[in-house]
Amino acid sequence: MRIKTRRNTPVWLIAVLPLLSIGVAFIIGAFFILWAGESPIRAYLALIKGSLGSTFAITESLSRATPLIFTGLAAAVAFRAKFWNIGAEGQLYCGAMAATLIGTGMIDLPAPIMIPMLFIAGAIAGCLILLVPVVLKTHMKVDEVVTTLLLNFVILLFVNMLLEGPWKDPMAMGWPQAARIIDNGVLPTIVAKSRLHLGIIVALLMSILMWAILRFTVWGYEIRAVGHNQQASTFYGISINKSVLMVALFSGGLAGMAGVSEVAGLKGYLTLTLSPGFGYTGIAVAMLAQLHPIGVIISAIFLAAIYVGADAMSRTIDIPNYIADILVAISLLSVLVGAMLTRYRIVWGK
Amino acid sequence: MKKLQFSEICKSFGSVVANDNISLSLGEGEILSLLGENGAGKTTLMNILFGHYVSDNGFIEVGGQKLTPGSTKASLDAGIGMVHQHFTLADNLTVLENIILGTEPLTRLWSQKKQAYKKLQELSKRFGLVINPDARVADLTVGEKQRVEIIKALYRDASILILDEPTAVLTPQESEQLFKVLKEMVKAGLSIMFISHKLNEILEISDRIIVLRHGKVVGEVATKNASKESLAEMMVGRKVTRPAYKKLKKGKAVVELNDVCLKASEGSTSLNNIHLKIHEKEIIGLAGVAGNGQAGLASILQGLASPSSGDFRLFGESLNKYNPTFLTESGVARIPEDRSKEGVIGEMEIWENFLGEELRTKSKSGFFIDKKQAVSNAEKLIQEYDIRCEGPFASTRLLSGGNIQKLILARSLSNNPRFIIANKPARGLDEGAISFVQQQIVNAKSKGAGVLLISEDLDEIFELSDRIAVIFGGRIHGPFDSNKVNKNQVGLMMSGEMKSDSIYEN
Repeated sequence: MRIKTRRNTPVWLIAVLPLLSIGVAFIIGAFFILWAGESPIRAYLALIKGSLGSTFAITESLSRATPLIFTGLAAAVAFRAKFWNIGAEGQLYCGAMAATLIGTGMIDLPAPIMIPMLFIAGAIAGCLILLVPVVLKTHMKVDEVVTTLLLNFVILLFVNMLLEGPWKDPMAMGWPQAARIIDNGVLPTIVAKSRLHLGIIVALLMSILMWAILRFTVWGYEIRAVGHNQQASTFYGISINKSVLMVALFSGGLAGMAGVSEVAGLKGYLTLTLSPGFGYTGIAVAMLAQLHPIGVIISAIFLAAIYVGADAMSRTIDIPNYIADILVAISLLSVLVGAMLTRYRIVWGK
Repeated sequence: MKKLQFSEICKSFGSVVANDNISLSLGEGEILSLLGENGAGKTTLMNILFGHYVSDNGFIEVGGQKLTPGSTKASLDAGIGMVHQHFTLADNLTVLENIILGTEPLTRLWSQKKQAYKKLQELSKRFGLVINPDARVADLTVGEKQRVEIIKALYRDASILILDEPTAVLTPQESEQLFKVLKEMVKAGLSIMFISHKLNEILEISDRIIVLRHGKVVGEVATKNASKESLAEMMVGRKVTRPAYKKLKKGKAVVELNDVCLKASEGSTSLNNIHLKIHEKEIIGLAGVAGNGQAGLASILQGLASPSSGDFRLFGESLNKYNPTFLTESGVARIPEDRSKEGVIGEMEIWENFLGEELRTKSKSGFFIDKKQAVSNAEKLIQEYDIRCEGPFASTRLLSGGNIQKLILARSLSNNPRFIIANKPARGLDEGAISFVQQQIVNAKSKGAGVLLISEDLDEIFELSDRIAVIFGGRIHGPFDSNKVNKNQVGLMMSGEMKSDSIYEN
């Protein structure tokens, strides 16, 4: 068996690749379900029913996908420029803190002004916190993987401190949570009797916006160029530091908006359980989407459906919902292997 | 007696046939030259010999024994030593450590440096390869590093030595020295395979010449029966014409560097008090061994670095804005040293790379990319410069080196530049592409451009330049009128052994 370089990659292969990966994930996942002593077919049926089987299930999947679209975009844009922002989780909480700061009574404006303001504030907060790793990288060559990752813990501890101290809601019966977002700041639901809120519309718009920026503008050219080849980008007169800064602002801003969407849309208040690792899952979303902003929508919905479906599955059948993590992990691994196959061919024999 | 025998070696990569039924042999005490253009299959053949690739067909014998394919260790054990074009030395270790690296079994607790030291000194005395075993490799000159590579091969008891483009990094005098050593070695019974595309050298050093073209052996001659012209024709497959030199009346100064200094950054040489004046309608050739400040000078002239002191006047005006976009707009054509890594972004499409330097100036309101215009411009230039590709939307990495260079020339020369900074524009190209590139530069000169041609190829410099300057240790000697200096003098200046004051300077 030998590996050969492909001269060019057929388009259909790139399109089919994620689907194949998902198929592989489900097949391998079946063994784990068998191991847990259940029928894979029954389990997958329960999973599909729980994620797509009813209007409620679908809205649940979509509302779970909302923050993942934001964080997935955050990762995709950054990774396009090879800026490895692993800190979307922290930036998400920064956005949530900004929304809480101004959305719990500091100002009260009509909803059409209040809601955009919350998103803008959240985006700015996400940007600002990401500036620290960016400046360290551009000026002192500190590796951003380390700084963005470690900042997550700093921010989470800071949120914890706020929730146990100055921001603790006296009405919350001792739970560590902040005051509720005022009515004008709450994102309205868009499907009756569901938790699906305006956030998903904002998320979709952001995907389209990022796609257009990457494809049609000078900024997009620069981001892609810097990601592919810094030396040639410099030769073309593109400032690497400026591009990294720009990418970081997009990335941090999008992650911050995820926090706003969760605080003002889903939960209504800031808690430490606001995000079960949406920032990290966003990386998986972006990779699965091969860093394409429109692909992010699809892969976010897919991953959300698996998580939501797995929850339903574990309620109806006796299988732990960790099976969702296994499925996601395997689909990621197979996408990575598959991505290699788009560039190389395996030839059997000598 | 045959020491090394290749029999019917075939190797293809996808649809590209790199080696097509190659059979050749190397005798004892013989220097065999392997001549061929880039892409003729020389490197592939050596990689098969070294076990990096497995051939699709055919086999190799060393001293009558069949060589295990695909095993580097087998090749080393069979006594084959290779001196690569790009050195494979660990900079942070000493000469001695580099030489014994990999020769000692992992299971041994103490390394036997004493014996190694002795053996090294014997080798170095025997062949006149002077080297200090305790020097750190990072502190050595290029020529010395090459000596270490040769000793490394000899230390492993190589009886067959393969040298891949060994003189590419040497001054003429250093090459001379190397040839002496090689001749010593064949006297001692070693066999040498010498890979090059420089005809003069091949005629000087070898006993027999084998010419490769498109993966096939197209000729074999004893050196005494070969001439430069016949070899060139065999190598290229047709008669090659280089552009003719024509002296023009030079015009106003386009670039003036006055007392320009540049502090060294990582891994580069600093520039000291550079004075250089380049006029319209003249080509100044800048000769020098790589790493003597060419990179720094080019980066200033290309707007990638600003001098730490001194004055850079472009078209008569003092420059205070050092950025590539500004320079390109003002009429500077920039041809980078590393065409595939610096000159284009391989993963992007051809039309996008045409946009490259003019990204902002050619976009709508400086923000939206004008794809329609960019694509039609790309189509026009692909035609005009005969760039072989599948069209403007093809991925740039699929282009050959020559076509990438055509893209870069098309991009920079189609704007009728007034100054061209060309950094090794013909390096590594095949004959056809070289004459195309040189013709383009000569044409630009006759249209009125001033050119600084940085090159390591003295033949190229002497063929094209009106005046010749030499860079050594970050200082420029000259420029001198090209008919007032000879290659020998330039070579001595390149190695710092001759001061410029001994020659008339203008």
